[in-house]
Amino acid sequence: MSHKVTIPIGPYHSLQEEPEFYQLTVDGETVTDIDVRIGYVHRGIEKVAESKSFDKIIFLVERICGICSTSHPMASVLAMEDVSGVEVPDRAQYIRTIVCELERIHSHLLWIGLAGHFLGYNTVWMWAWKYREIVCDIFEAITGNRQNYGMMKIGGVRRDIEDEYLPGIMKGMDDVLRALDMFKGAVLDDPVLAARLKGVGILSKADALSYSALGPTSRASGVDKDVRRDDPYAAYDRVKWNVITQKDGDVFAKAVVRILESYESVSIVKQCLQKMQKGPIDSDPKELPEGEGIGHAEAPRGEVFHYVKSDGTNSPERYKVRAPTFMNFPTFKATVIGETISDATIILAAIDPCYCCTERMTVVNRKDKKTILTGEDMIKMSQDKTRRMYKRMTGKELA
Amino acid sequence: MSIKMKALLKSPWVFHLCSGSCNNCDIEILDCLTPRYDIERFGMLLVGSVRHADVLLCTGVVNKLGESRVKRVYQQAPKPCVVVAVGNCAASQHIYRGSYAVGKPLDEVIPVDVYIPGCPPKPEAIILGVVKLLEKLKKG
Amino acid sequence: MERKDIISAIKDKFPKRIKKLFEKSTRRVYIDIDPKDLTDFVEFIFNGQDARFCTASCVDMRNGMEILYHFSFANMSLVVSLRVYLDKNNLSIDSITPIMKGAEWIEREIHELFGVDFKNHPNLIKLLLPDNWPEGLYPLRRDYKEEDYKARVKEEE
Repeated sequence: MSHKVTIPIGPYHSLQEEPEFYQLTVDGETVTDIDVRIGYVHRGIEKVAESKSFDKIIFLVERICGICSTSHPMASVLAMEDVSGVEVPDRAQYIRTIVCELERIHSHLLWIGLAGHFLGYNTVWMWAWKYREIVCDIFEAITGNRQNYGMMKIGGVRRDIEDEYLPGIMKGMDDVLRALDMFKGAVLDDPVLAARLKGVGILSKADALSYSALGPTSRASGVDKDVRRDDPYAAYDRVKWNVITQKDGDVFAKAVVRILESYESVSIVKQCLQKMQKGPIDSDPKELPEGEGIGHAEAPRGEVFHYVKSDGTNSPERYKVRAPTFMNFPTFKATVIGETISDATIILAAIDPCYCCTERMTVVNRKDKKTILTGEDMIKMSQDKTRRMYKRMTGKELA
Repeated sequence: MSIKMKALLKSPWVFHLCSGSCNNCDIEILDCLTPRYDIERFGMLLVGSVRHADVLLCTGVVNKLGESRVKRVYQQAPKPCVVVAVGNCAASQHIYRGSYAVGKPLDEVIPVDVYIPGCPPKPEAIILGVVKLLEKLKKG
Repeated sequence: MERKDIISAIKDKFPKRIKKLFEKSTRRVYIDIDPKDLTDFVEFIFNGQDARFCTASCVDMRNGMEILYHFSFANMSLVVSLRVYLDKNNLSIDSITPIMKGAEWIEREIHELFGVDFKNHPNLIKLLLPDNWPEGLYPLRRDYKEEDYKARVKEEE
């Protein structure tokens, strides 16, 4: 007899509008339906933006998401520059690129660590976060803060990168490269990880297109789209790099895309540091004319999209933000259904919905629900599965 | 000092409650656990369930949807339980004050013992804040 | 395919139904259309021209609502925005979710924050706001006031 149970997961998470409360309906071990309720971290940023002046908005959008805290300002200044048609000096373009790419490295490392944690490889978590500190230190040196960098400005950047920091950044990139080599070896050659992640949570190319999935989530399904190449901003058209795609669309492919993309980012940062010439960093525009503008930038999770409508005053008439996870979330319907509950955590984590979204799976008791699993239980189930597979394949216990 | 308080101070278990934050404070809290800062050497442990917690680390503005949930999570925590507001949002609603989605500030929803300002506060600041709190409790 | 090919393909397909075509720059094109033509345009651009749906944005113009549907194209630095204008008295438009699943959430969001009705939408329920949010109160409209919310919540209690 089939016996259906609903498992609530959530709601405590973060991210702009998308902290979510998952309800998995399961039949035995298999997930038959998923429902997502978001809005727990809805802060009304679009309405708040209408009451702020344009230069304050950059700081506001910086606080949409802590991990993409330079992609949102990037898209925001692009939108405002689209309204006014301001030219940005070369050096500023390179600095923007460097900050964006450093952010991508730190975000991808963070994801690798958390994915390791969900799978029961806590060592991976600790190692990945240890190497992430290198990037945080570089940020602290060149921007003054570990997160929320405050670098973007309409018409340029706020701070210059002093020459004395260049050797340090170069050395940091080499250290990151060594760490990436280690992770690449650990992920791509590990038979247990391959068995655990290959063929799990497949997002087909047709679904990726129909859901308009973005970033690594879609590129792992073979959709060759990347805003950095499709609509070049900053200095992306002046350096050599490749768009990474994979065909399979499963969790493994998403991990591979993120690791290989980090290599490209390291290479972009190095090229920018070499090509950067001395010069002004800011064209200092005075006001924004009437009109509307669109800015989009490739965040670590996918494209962020900003639309601004100005009526000639110093605050916008309408400000619209679309974060990448807003498009990536609905793909759960395509990927989770039909999988087992122990795989649900890693599939949900695979789109990188800002890590602590999935971290924070605390449960709120609901009277009418029979079974309640905490986020901890879910992670434990996932870790146990890895342990069983490890034992079966190697004959040893996982440390 | 009651025996419960003594046990709490020996090894405070921390539950991280984020409601309406931008993730930054949350990363920094998790960062405290990783090799560079490693707060576990002070006996602090991040736990997954509020029912095991001695300290609640709250981040973010509390929005209208989350208000009742935050209250309920606090009620579920075993007492004595101390609450730490991490970051400017939890302390003062920061840049979101006046937004339609944001309700009461955190300290009107649940009692707050310590405020750690910063956007986001550095891991060092978070550790310092929690240590200061413990010292204060020790003195009574 | 180049940028101008896309624009001319749209022009050729719908010669009479484009109200206004405004090229702000070579990278940004705005096309004003009638609300009833929306699904035809989206069908053509999304399926026929291999575009990617970015998002939709709604603006309260005081007497009506203006919705923009933004599409971007691979490899050609182009964003095409379809602009429709809805009168305040008749805030309803055909949903584009049946054409692509990616539009489901943004239409739910606009429905919730602006009160625009999407016909044929499969799942037009609350997405962001609290469950006890008063009916008929839309926070992103210009006439929204915090006092109204407080009064309505008190009323319902």
